[in-house]
Amino acid sequence: MQLPYIIEERPDTGLNNAKLGIWVFLASEIMLFGGLFSAYVFLRMAAPVGDFAYWGSKLSIPMATVNTLVLISSSVTMIMSWVSLKMKDFEKYKMYMGLTLLCASIFLVIKYFEYTGKFHHGIYPSSSTFMGIYFTLTGLHGLHIIGGMIVMGYFWLPAGYKMWESEPEHFTNRIEVVGLYWHFVDLVWIFLFPILYLL
Amino acid sequence: MSDHDNGHIEEHIKVYLTVFGALAFLTLLTVAASYMDISTTEAIFLALSIATVKASLVAGYFMHLITEKQTIIWILTLTFIFFLFCMFIPMITVIDHASLS
Repeated sequence: MQLPYIIEERPDTGLNNAKLGIWVFLASEIMLFGGLFSAYVFLRMAAPVGDFAYWGSKLSIPMATVNTLVLISSSVTMIMSWVSLKMKDFEKYKMYMGLTLLCASIFLVIKYFEYTGKFHHGIYPSSSTFMGIYFTLTGLHGLHIIGGMIVMGYFWLPAGYKMWESEPEHFTNRIEVVGLYWHFVDLVWIFLFPILYLL
Repeated sequence: MSDHDNGHIEEHIKVYLTVFGALAFLTLLTVAASYMDISTTEAIFLALSIATVKASLVAGYFMHLITEKQTIIWILTLTFIFFLFCMFIPMITVIDHASLS
């Protein structure tokens, strides 16, 4: 069964259903991370003066800076993959989507080294309030990266080409929707980076 | 696809690359600003201001919010109000007089 208004816009919302759906989902995601940001503010205000800055200084700013640049780059390659489909160039789409997946993998590898570096020094979520909220926020963000990679990987594999062959416009919309999710994941990191590493 | 459409897309690509440059520059600026000798309050204000500009660039250009339909803008406005409420809950604890007694 074909879902209605997947390609054409619904007259009442002015959007196709997929786009409306992803934005409502992203709104719920804003509240999920919003709740945790609120927890961060609450814990920071209640912590002894200098406690968060002390534990924050144990994190690696160069690693996080590189990761920020990697994630920003992945946002650009993501949008370029969608633009390539708009230009009906599937080969370029494959290249840009592949680069997005590569950036996402680099991000996770760097995160892995950051985490294991902490564990190696005996620092765990239970070590302090700051580390508790640090691992919670970055862990949840990391899960979002993995989720995005699974969906992007699926569209990058031969299954994506089959969809493109049979319904190119539908496939282009799907990539746009995945892109919106991916930019949101980038956007969350833009706030996580300064509040956890720099303040 | 016509030459006109291709030209239109080329312009979009230029915008995306400019935004990318701005985001990379602002990231390095955030790191540089964190080494400045300023008070914690000023540092928080500065870092969050730069992060807000970066987030606006991503949402506005990569997520196309500046040209997006009103339905989405209303959904996000409502969400933003709830988000602000969420952020103010910790502030309420500061003015909780019961804890001062």
